[in-house]
Formats: sequence, structure tokens, C-alpha cells
Amino acid sequence: MTTTTQTATAVVGSSVGLHARPASLLVKAATKAGRRGVDVTISVAGSEAVDARSLLSVIALGARHGDEVTLSAAGDDAPATLEELVAIVEREED
Amino acid sequence: MDARRTTTLRATEAPGGPGAAPVGPLAGVGVCPGVAVGPVARIGRPAEVPRDLPAPADPAAEVERVQAALDAAADALDEAAEAARERGREEAAEILDAQSMMAADPVLADRAAALVTEGRPGAVAVTVALDAFREQLVAQGGYMAERAADLDGLRHRVVATLLGVPLPGLPEPGHPHVLVADDLTPADTATLDVAQVVGIVTALGGATSHTAIIARSLGIPAVVGCRGAMDLPDETPVLVDGRDGAVLPAPDGDEVARRRAEQEARAARAAAHHGPGRTADGHAVKLLVNLGAGQAPEDAAAVDAEGVGLLRTELLYLDRPDAPTVDEQRAAYRRIFAAFAGRKVVVRTLDAGADKPLPFLTDPDEPNPALGVRGYRTGRRHPELLDEQLRAIADAAEGSGAEVWVMAPMVSLPGEAAAFAAQVRGHGLPVAGTMVEVPAAALDAGRILDACDFVSLGTNDLAQYAFAADRLDHELADLLDVWQPVLLRLVATTATAGRARAKPVGVCGEAAGDPLLAPVLVGLGVTSLSMAAASVPDVRAALAERTLEECRALADAVLAAPDAAAARQIALGG
Repeated sequence: MTTTTQTATAVVGSSVGLHARPASLLVKAATKAGRRGVDVTISVAGSEAVDARSLLSVIALGARHGDEVTLSAAGDDAPATLEELVAIVEREED
Repeated sequence: MDARRTTTLRATEAPGGPGAAPVGPLAGVGVCPGVAVGPVARIGRPAEVPRDLPAPADPAAEVERVQAALDAAADALDEAAEAARERGREEAAEILDAQSMMAADPVLADRAAALVTEGRPGAVAVTVALDAFREQLVAQGGYMAERAADLDGLRHRVVATLLGVPLPGLPEPGHPHVLVADDLTPADTATLDVAQVVGIVTALGGATSHTAIIARSLGIPAVVGCRGAMDLPDETPVLVDGRDGAVLPAPDGDEVARRRAEQEARAARAAAHHGPGRTADGHAVKLLVNLGAGQAPEDAAAVDAEGVGLLRTELLYLDRPDAPTVDEQRAAYRRIFAAFAGRKVVVRTLDAGADKPLPFLTDPDEPNPALGVRGYRTGRRHPELLDEQLRAIADAAEGSGAEVWVMAPMVSLPGEAAAFAAQVRGHGLPVAGTMVEVPAAALDAGRILDACDFVSLGTNDLAQYAFAADRLDHELADLLDVWQPVLLRLVATTATAGRARAKPVGVCGEAAGDPLLAPVLVGLGVTSLSMAAASVPDVRAALAERTLEECRALADAVLAAPDAAAARQIALGG
């Protein structure tokens, strides 16, 4: 079976950036995806991609409100996973 | 709430049992009267990772140990989050949730495992791996840099597990205990379980420390400034006498019985007196309670007292990015005034600055905040905040039935008192006063009282400024002793000015709640005493046993004492 890597971009919607609740939600969703065999990474401009299941790595990105992040997913279920994660990143609540 | 409690713990009353304590009797400053006996449970200090920790003999096993410690931390933090949620502490719960997810972080586990495989001990590996993340957060500054503390909390927990030492933070021995600590932080006291903690002993701190204030408000017998307290082994039975400051490991049955009998006699004396405070010959002294706006007022309102002598309003402003709206404030004051309908409530306007910074009001870069723009002085930059607060107080007071007085903190000059009084009356509030915390205000109390209706002495700050000794500096606790004759002389000067003008002079510092000192203060001419609710019965009894003449003679003798210890000794003998 071949897995292709797909990417999507999202703009951080939370007014306080990608940490606290939005970061937790993202990590929880990525962890679930990982259990389905979908590996997700996340990066911001100029940074290396990090494992999206790692809360410490995600908050260390320091993505602020309005920053663009790139999500990459590899696995059968990649498109649906990306759609879900993009929605979490773009959510406006904090 | 009961003024004191005496606690019996049968399980711990077998003195000299196995592992009897090698520590002898200790002594500190008793800050909340009452006798408690229970087993010691020490608060954990963050463990230091020893420099000479050997490389793991079996790295694979060490990797498993690290993983187990991380898993245990994640589970414990989950449970703690749930417990916090049950107590309605949602903010604390979210932080604990995040810490739990950090403990379960797969990248953290991978990095730590890699470091162990290279030959680093587990505790070092976890520290190094977490510090790398920590540096990234600190580099981001602001909010994220503050979150670095969450990582530290996690690191302390995992390292303690790996080193086999007690977990930092409040102990949870699963039974009632005497809590022993270097000192308690506000975070510790916020989560302290009053059903489990029968007594408190801290190695640091003085009568005005955070721990002392909280212990009194909870009515838990407490001793602070007790050197050697942290040498008491966990589970050692210990007697804590919050009156004279004795901390006795493995107390014998006679000692426990004697102190309990004394305690009960005092309680009986206190119970014999009710109603408004007065001396034996009927000289009235108002006994009032201190209260924080934002706390539920109902417990304080149930106390047999004539009202609130110090309503601290800072709580309404703390831990938020901007000032509360007039509506929010009005609602909080309404609830308090309703609980005290028919009684007096002295509201102190916002006392921000120094140890109570506010992001929207105070300057974090002040070189010397205790001497900076704090209390009434913050109105120089933000006059609108005081105006809004007075509006909310005036609205809430109207029709409440409470007799609402308002006073400003950190006033130094008669001109400030006059300006404040005019502003208060401009809002339709009839009675305006000032705190006397600055020695200049005490020395010029006559002119300050000409400019307003009453003053209230804040003895903690007055001592800090009179002796140039930081209230938060444990090493200087002796200088901050309320028995310092010079401090009492400033009280006398202020009270004399009040008597000459027939205007009230109260004391609302911690000194007011000391039953030994209360007759001295009354003898100096103080007309009201405002204190923690738990202190009221003892103070009432202490006043009821002396005539005003006796109080005055005592005050004269104390003023003439050469130092604080001699002053206290005179009161004990009298």
C-alpha cells in the first residue's frame, strides 16, 4: 500500500494564538488520527515540521493569531483528517 | 465558624512509638489560637537533581522507568484536574489538563528515551528534554513565557518520582494531618483541604505573612517562623499550640491534656461574652471583621460583630486583564451590604500596587513598588478607576440598610485626605476616611482628621514603613513585630488626635486580632478593632476583663518598654 502525503494551510483563528485550548484540541485530534494510522505534522513559516501529537512541540511553534500554519498528513484517511484539523486551527474561540 | 478548634486524632496519640522523632520541642510565632495534634505531613520541596547521579546500568530498564514516571504523572494530573473541576476551579483544571497532556507527550518521551540510551540518568534526561521546550517558550515572551511554570511543575513531579522523593506540592496522606512547610504560597492555600489540615506549621513567615492571614481566616491553629519545622519527619505526631507558638513532637499525654484544658478554659471565657465589645467598666469598643469583596460574606455576617471594619476590594480587580465594570462591582457590593444590613461596612478603595500589581493599573518596572505608585496614589494616573468604584459603592449602598463608610489606602497628606473626602461626598456617600499606614500620616493625624471623618490604622504597613523593613522579608520579622514600642507610639499619636476631635480611630491590621494587644490599643485610645472573624471572641473576652483605666495603665507601661519583647512581657504579666 502506498501512502501519499497531503498538505493544507490554515490561519490561526484564536485571538491568543495556538496554545491553551486550541492547541489541546489539535493535539487530541492528531493523537486520534495517529491511532487510525494517519501521521500529522505541523509547521509555521521558517520552522521545521513537528509531530502534531506533541503538545509541547505545538505550543513551542509560537503560532500567533493570524499566522499561517501548514499541516501535513500521511495515510489513507489524510484528506478528512486535514479538514478536521484545519477547522480546529481556524476556530475563533479561545 | 467556630473561633477555635481542638482536634483529636486517636491514631497519633501513642507517644514514643516506633521511629519516635529525634527532633526536640520547637517554637515559633503562634498566629491562630487553638491546640491541634496530628501526624506531620510536609509539603514537598522541588527536588534537586544530584550532580553525581550515576549513568544507568541498564539503559533499557531506565527508559521504562522514565516512561512509567511520565505515565504516572499524566494519570495523577488527570485526577487532579478532575478534583479541581469538582471544586469549581475551572482555571486550575485547565492548567492541570494541559500538564497531563505534556506528561503524555510522545516527543518528550522519545527525546528523554534517546538521552537515557546515550547514558544519561532518567531524572537528568527528563530535565534536559523539558528544558529544551522551556527555552522555546521563554523565548516567545509574554503569556507563553509564563506557561514555562507549567513545565516546571511537571518536571518537579516526574523528577521526584524518578528520584524516589516526596512529590512537591500539598501532601495528600489520606488522613487528617498537621501541614508543615517552609512557607505556603497563595496557590497552596487556595487548594488547601480544610477537612484534612488540622494545624499548620511553617519554618518561615511572621504574624503578618500570607500563611498567618489565611490560617486565621480558616480558623486553623497555626505557628509560623518555626525554625527546624521541616526537619520533622512525615507522620511524626506533633502538637501545635497556635497561641504560644509551641510545636511539640511526640507530645506526652499530660502535656496534650494540659494544653487542651487551657484552651477549653479560654474558649469558655470567650463564650461567656457576647454582643458589642466593651471593657469591664462599659467603655464601648467596636469589634469588626475584615472581609474581602468577592468572598462569600455570609460566614462573616454570622459572626457576633458590629460589622466590617475593612472590606478589601482588590479581589474584584485581581487576575483579570482590565478593571471590573461598574455593574460587576455594584453587584458584588450589594451582596455584601445586604448581608450586613443594619451594621457598619467600611469599604477600602482599591489598594493596588506593591505586592498586589494589576496589569491595567500598576507599572511592573517600578524599582521600589512598596514605595511607589500604590493605593490612593494610583489615582494620579487613573482617576477614572476610583470614580467608577465610588459610583458602584454609592449605588449599592443606597437602600441597602448598611451603614457604608469609605476609606482610601496609602494616604500621606491632609490634602490627599481632603480631596478624597470631597470625591466621596460628591458621590453622595456621607462618611469618608483614610488609612494610616504611612508614618507621615500618623504624625500629622490631627490635620488629616480635620480633613475627613475617621482614620483606620493599618499596622502591618505602618510597621513596614516605620522600620524600613519589607513586610515580605522573612529575615526582618523581628522589626515588623507589632509590639515595637515605637510603632505603638505612632498608634498613640493618631488615637490622641482622634480623641481631641471626637473622631473614630480604628485599627484594622493584624494587630487588632491579638487578644493580648487589644487592651493596649484600647488604652492608647483606639475606638474600634477590625480583625479576622476567628479572633473576635478572644478579643471581646480580653477587653471585658479590664477596665478602661487598666487598659490605659497597661498602654503607658508598654509605651515605656525598651523593646518589643519587654513590651509583650509587660502585657503577659499584666
